[in-house]
Amino acid sequence: MTHNPYLIHPATIVERKQESPDIVTYRLQLTDADQQNAFQFEAGQFNMLYVFGVGEVAISIVSDPGKPGFLDNTIRIVGRVTQVLGNMKVGETLGIRGPFGQGWPMEQAKGKDILIVSGGLGCAPVVGAIEYIFRRREEYGSLTILHGVKTPHDLLYRERYDTWRHQPNTKVLLTSDEPGKTWHSHVGVVTELFDDLQLEPDNTLVMMCGPEIMMRVACNMLTHKGLRPDSMYVSLERHMECGIGLCGYCQLGPFFLCKDGPVMRLDRVMPFMGKVGV
Amino acid sequence: MTLTNMPMGSDSSQTPPAQLLRREDFPQLLHALKKLGYQTLGPVVSQGAIQWKEIATPEDFPIGWKDRQEPGSYRLVPDPSPRFFNIVHGPESLKPLTFAPRETLLVLDRQDHTFSAKEIQPDTTPTAVLGVRACDLAGLGIQDQIFLHGTYPDPYYQQRRESLFLIAVNCTKAHSTCFCASMETGPKAQQGIDLSLTEADEDFLIEAGSAKGLKVLKQLTCAIASAERIKEDEERMAACAASQTRSLTKPNLPAALYEAHDHPRWDQVAARCLSCTNCTMVCPTCFCHGVEETPSLNFQQSEHTRVWDSCFTPDHGYIHGKNFRPTTKDRYRMWLTHKLASWIDQFGTSGCVGCGRCITWCPVGIDLTEEVHSLCKSTQ
Repeated sequence: MTHNPYLIHPATIVERKQESPDIVTYRLQLTDADQQNAFQFEAGQFNMLYVFGVGEVAISIVSDPGKPGFLDNTIRIVGRVTQVLGNMKVGETLGIRGPFGQGWPMEQAKGKDILIVSGGLGCAPVVGAIEYIFRRREEYGSLTILHGVKTPHDLLYRERYDTWRHQPNTKVLLTSDEPGKTWHSHVGVVTELFDDLQLEPDNTLVMMCGPEIMMRVACNMLTHKGLRPDSMYVSLERHMECGIGLCGYCQLGPFFLCKDGPVMRLDRVMPFMGKVGV
Repeated sequence: MTLTNMPMGSDSSQTPPAQLLRREDFPQLLHALKKLGYQTLGPVVSQGAIQWKEIATPEDFPIGWKDRQEPGSYRLVPDPSPRFFNIVHGPESLKPLTFAPRETLLVLDRQDHTFSAKEIQPDTTPTAVLGVRACDLAGLGIQDQIFLHGTYPDPYYQQRRESLFLIAVNCTKAHSTCFCASMETGPKAQQGIDLSLTEADEDFLIEAGSAKGLKVLKQLTCAIASAERIKEDEERMAACAASQTRSLTKPNLPAALYEAHDHPRWDQVAARCLSCTNCTMVCPTCFCHGVEETPSLNFQQSEHTRVWDSCFTPDHGYIHGKNFRPTTKDRYRMWLTHKLASWIDQFGTSGCVGCGRCITWCPVGIDLTEEVHSLCKSTQ
């Protein structure tokens, strides 16, 4: 069949990093050289990862879109597929379909100050956008990265944050809901970090990913600070069986989050976010 | 892409006049189809209802039966009519023939540390379907929109779709559950057909809707239909439309449904709804599906299979740690709002064709037209 969007392509795990007891990052390389060359993605897009005999699951791509040969995917063990997926070893093969969905608005963001707000594992889908900005640093204004975790143990990508905070015109603020002996950053929820921000609402673009409740509160507060909903983007999560807008699972109101999202402009999804039973 | 029913061209002079095929000459049609390599499916009595099954001779049609459909009830009852298509429709639309209830997409073979994926070709035996109703053609058109005209055309659906030769039968009687007239999808088959029939006791008015259909029609012994006969059939169809008592014509229905999100009527319908998924299984347009993974016992092979699913299942709104639609109320609201409102945002058309199957096959007789009318009434 030509253009079979269901066809699964084998990929080898070339590196494995245990980020925390239940979170792991794999670096994957498609086995087929042609597939490798053809695979281009945008920051914020996702793959359907497949485990032989177990099934598929939608996982966002963490790596830099400028280096498509290797695909990084961070996985948290939460369900049937990720239980197996999260315990694989270097050299083993899993399957990839993708990339799917709409990524972050990197073009519209040019020339603007960028505010990244993430919570928990929401730090993963924004990594690609941050790396993209650093490779074209002069094309963007100031970059502010706010990230919140539940406990200090939940902080992933420590080295990344340390590297990023030393980049030009870049601010990194971390917070943890709970304190810890080795935690020297803010304690509290991520929205508390807004207090010290000097934002230029008309020239700021927000990219946000985290639990929906966090995003709703954060978007609301930023709106009160003068940011327009059409300059805020959220990456949303729903269960996906197909990744291509056909299985019907990931609907949010009129949207299929797999193909209209996962990154959505806030003003489009605002009427449906947090609505009971939607 | 080429679909089976390409129109004959815009030049109306090419359109042959409607013809009459005598009942006793009907086997000629079956023979012509067989000669062209088609298997012929039609309505056949099966398990107290009808299903698409092979029609080898006209005796295979459910002659002597009619269907009685009411909210929550489907019965076949004896009827003296000699007609082949006296039964309006069964639980199956065309959907199972194009979007298979179970479709193995891939078989994956394991080799040491890696695996390979093999695409499974769908069954594409050329298939002529006899007795397709206008509502089901409309449903097929909507599924074409979903599976063929989106970002990722579905090759499995496409191949099954291209194998079909569609012979419609125009409806001259409606059930109390039918409301195709208000959805403007029937009773007359409008598009996407190869041949259409209008059945009378003695004969069939037969018309070609595609070049392929014309080729078949030319092989049959037919007489030219008189203008009176054509007019008579049009009147029977008009009477069929006029006899329909249910309707879904509401101005601004999508907006009204979005606004009705907190209407108390949802609680009332949820108290009756069993979340059994029947409505979604019989719906000609519902497309939700899940993907099952079935490994062999020795774990050397795995089947990757698409299976019909429904927004009424607990899994549908589930994500780790949360169910977005935990209650039957949420699920019924999701279904109805999707079908009649967000479907239009997604595909530019309503997801309802007015076939009435969801009313008939609902075990408790929930009627979506009644629900819509109540939901669009003010709660004040």
